[in-house]
Amino acid sequence: MARSSDRTAPGSRHDPSGQHRTAEQGPTPQGTAAGLTADDETDVTGDPLRPSDHVDGVAAPAPGGGGDGVTQPRLGPIGYLRFFWRQLTSMKTALFLLMLLAVAAIPGSLVPQRTSDPNGVVQYRTEHPDLFPVLDKIGVFDTYASPWFSAVYLLLFISLIGCIVPRTKHHFEALRARPPKTPARLSRLAGYRSVTIAGGAEGSGLDPASAVAAARAQLRRAGYRTEVFGDSVSAERGYARETGNLVFHSALVGVLLTVGIGGGLGYTGQRVVVEGQTFTNALVAYDSFNPGRWFSDSQLSPYSLTLDRFTTKYEEENRDAIGQPLDYTADVTARTQDGDSSEQTIKVNSPLAIGGSNVYLLGNGYAMDLTVTAPDGTEPFTDTIPFLPQNADLMSQGVVKVPDGLAEQIGMIGFFYPSAVDTEDGSGIMASSYPDLLNPVLSLNVYEGDLGLDDGVPQSVYSLTTDGMTEIAGAAADDGTKALKLTPGETADLPGGLGTVTFNGVKRFASLDVHHDPAQLWVLGFAGLTFAGLLTALFVPRRRVWVKASTTDDGLRLEYAGLARGEDPTLVRAVGDVASRHLTTMGVPADVARDLAREDSASTSNDTPTGPARRGRKISS
Amino acid sequence: MTATDLAYYSLVAVYSAMAIYTISFVAYALDLAKRSGDAQLAAKAATAPAAVGADAQGAGAERVVTASAGGRTVVLDRTATAAGGADAPRASSSGRRPSRFERVATSMLVLGLVVHVVSVVFRGLAAGRVPWANMFEFSLTGTAIIVGVFLVVRVFVDVSYLGAYVTGLNLILLAIGTVNYYVAVVPLQPALQSAWLVIHVLVAIIGTGFFAIAAGLSAAQLVQTKRDQAKLANLRFMDTLPGADRLEDLAYRVALVGFVLWTFTLIAGAVWAERAWGRYWGWDTKEVWTFIIWVLYAGYIHARATRGWRGARSSWLSIIGFAAVMFNFSVVNVFFKGLHAYSGL
Repeated sequence: MARSSDRTAPGSRHDPSGQHRTAEQGPTPQGTAAGLTADDETDVTGDPLRPSDHVDGVAAPAPGGGGDGVTQPRLGPIGYLRFFWRQLTSMKTALFLLMLLAVAAIPGSLVPQRTSDPNGVVQYRTEHPDLFPVLDKIGVFDTYASPWFSAVYLLLFISLIGCIVPRTKHHFEALRARPPKTPARLSRLAGYRSVTIAGGAEGSGLDPASAVAAARAQLRRAGYRTEVFGDSVSAERGYARETGNLVFHSALVGVLLTVGIGGGLGYTGQRVVVEGQTFTNALVAYDSFNPGRWFSDSQLSPYSLTLDRFTTKYEEENRDAIGQPLDYTADVTARTQDGDSSEQTIKVNSPLAIGGSNVYLLGNGYAMDLTVTAPDGTEPFTDTIPFLPQNADLMSQGVVKVPDGLAEQIGMIGFFYPSAVDTEDGSGIMASSYPDLLNPVLSLNVYEGDLGLDDGVPQSVYSLTTDGMTEIAGAAADDGTKALKLTPGETADLPGGLGTVTFNGVKRFASLDVHHDPAQLWVLGFAGLTFAGLLTALFVPRRRVWVKASTTDDGLRLEYAGLARGEDPTLVRAVGDVASRHLTTMGVPADVARDLAREDSASTSNDTPTGPARRGRKISS
Repeated sequence: MTATDLAYYSLVAVYSAMAIYTISFVAYALDLAKRSGDAQLAAKAATAPAAVGADAQGAGAERVVTASAGGRTVVLDRTATAAGGADAPRASSSGRRPSRFERVATSMLVLGLVVHVVSVVFRGLAAGRVPWANMFEFSLTGTAIIVGVFLVVRVFVDVSYLGAYVTGLNLILLAIGTVNYYVAVVPLQPALQSAWLVIHVLVAIIGTGFFAIAAGLSAAQLVQTKRDQAKLANLRFMDTLPGADRLEDLAYRVALVGFVLWTFTLIAGAVWAERAWGRYWGWDTKEVWTFIIWVLYAGYIHARATRGWRGARSSWLSIIGFAAVMFNFSVVNVFFKGLHAYSGL
């Protein structure tokens, strides 16, 4: 977006767009009626070819500032406010903030982020114990929510709004304004050509007035806004360029707002569901839940999902990709509030939309169906425990905690191998060679002692604190008792006659992400507007075209010229087309008219406007 | 043919394409050398007889009778200003006939691209899907598209002086991609099984192609600016290139197309992320870098409208932008942890 890049001195009028300043001062205001043309002088300050913010543009003299030496005008508090506001909304500041935004975004990609990779942050803490507190203090683990990052983008958006608002006003004025007067010297403009048609007797239609009328009609049909000034017509088109520009930038603000609102009103929650289990959309049912700022429980529409079956498909033939997942499908039964029940499927790229939220399939793994039986025959523990996958072949790890019902509190760390193979290094350590259940083996390390559950400190269900415990089965067990190895259906004795543990079987679990963002479609809408605005702002040329007719001794002289307002590589060609069509209307044979147009564009070699037109080019994107 | 055969032939075609590109690169380099000689000769010739062409051009309001049709004479009045005044593009840049080296280089480039495209198609057939699902395939298709974009731009504007840059860059990227990133054909993992793979990634690759050309033009512009300031008197071949202003215009227009495509990539990526990962934006490392690149190019576009930033300064932004694109593809893919873990390495 083009803004006035002049270092606007305090007190002078803020002009967000030099473009429009040019429009107002307009091409040289000398009369263009026949006989009045002042061919030889150009008002430098009002040069129509130089937008005021062009590099070579003449800087507006600072009011109060004297010729030599810098005299700072006295500023009151309001003066300072205005000064800072102008600084903030200037193009240079905006550019600086943009660059700063790019730089400020970098740290967040170098260190793990709490939002996207919480485990990475924990790992970073253990790996860099000295560096972590320092980095954490400056907030690099939450880069995109940190005060400094927010400051940059908020300033940028304030600056942006400070640019959009006055520019929109200007644009509305420009939309209502008529095209400016025809410049006195068209020959200085881009694509200029002058054609004299000999003859021009009365009544032949070759008089300036009818030539101008024809030109006006033609330009109007081509979508130009026209205005006749004496023997010339002034035309402008491409207002959509600025409209697109404003739409693009406003839509960016829209994106920011809707992202913020959506994040505040929405929520995300995660839940692991084992085959056969039912998940009810209520706060307590979630394993983890991240509500937005304005979230309330009542937003959770009561529905439930039962995971009937979870199917996986792995590559079996391609030797380079054995075991690579090909498909995950969760078949669920969804029950809504009014009792409707329907069978649905959730896949990785196709979430289930239900109750105003989307349910995504983000992960999966194996869950162990285990029963711990006490010597007296009671069953203090029987449950299905999800094990977290550790690698591509789904070697999985999980924890079983039995706090009550046995002589001692026991905890078990389990390793599950869906396709167990011996690593054959003599250690007896197993590995999984394939993610599917070809040879499922569960290995349990058993600990007895204090599980630490009575302290009231919340514990993860996926980890076991072994500090207050002794390993009674596993590699570190004193008496050399090996870890318990079980295949589905098997039962093993717990050491020390504590009881038995039975591996009833393996089930699949699906890790579901429930996401609700009421503003999501709005974000998409604004993003679409951004894109549409961008296309319009960059590729619709804004240009002025003038056609001037005058009677000379040789006949009727027709002049054509254009002025680019913003990037416009095809201006010269466009003026040529206007000329060729107009000449045809004026009775010149079409092929001759075309030649005339081509002849001229050939003389300007390529599509670069040269001479004054080049200087007049202004970029406003 | 089995998939393995197709993958093998694809690889054979890549190496053949690289050989042909090498010839093209050498020929383009020779063309630059020849340009140096031509420029020297031209400089000598210019000093001897007072430029004849300039005389004709500067003749002022010369009148050319164009046609006399239907008993009516139509006259085109030419004026000196319309024919290009003081800052017309450097001599010989537009009217220059391509040298033999350049013609050889371009034909080799076209031939190389044909073989390259065969390789891409075979790879796609072998995999039974679009050939850009991992880093090797991305390099393979991406380099083909850079050459394609170059040849397309060349149809509209004469940018053949960039030939050595494009073929050189292309060779390096293709060689790194093939030697370091090669992976056998594997099926798509569930997260990639989406129509967005076709759209999002393809648009990103094409955008990258435009950014590559724009960066080359910006680099040429920087050299030209230095020469204008008389800091680089040698590099004679640069005389046969357009002036810094013209190069800046070209770089800007090419980068604009890239920016539009990149904007689309960003939006399409967000839409896909919403489908696949349950959120449209999560500051994943690849998302961050795509965003940084977008901001850099947005800055580049704005810089052209800012006093004091036109010319060399803005062109640095274009080059930094492309460096970030390359960084995003290479370093971020391989060394940064993130959800876009599709390098296949």
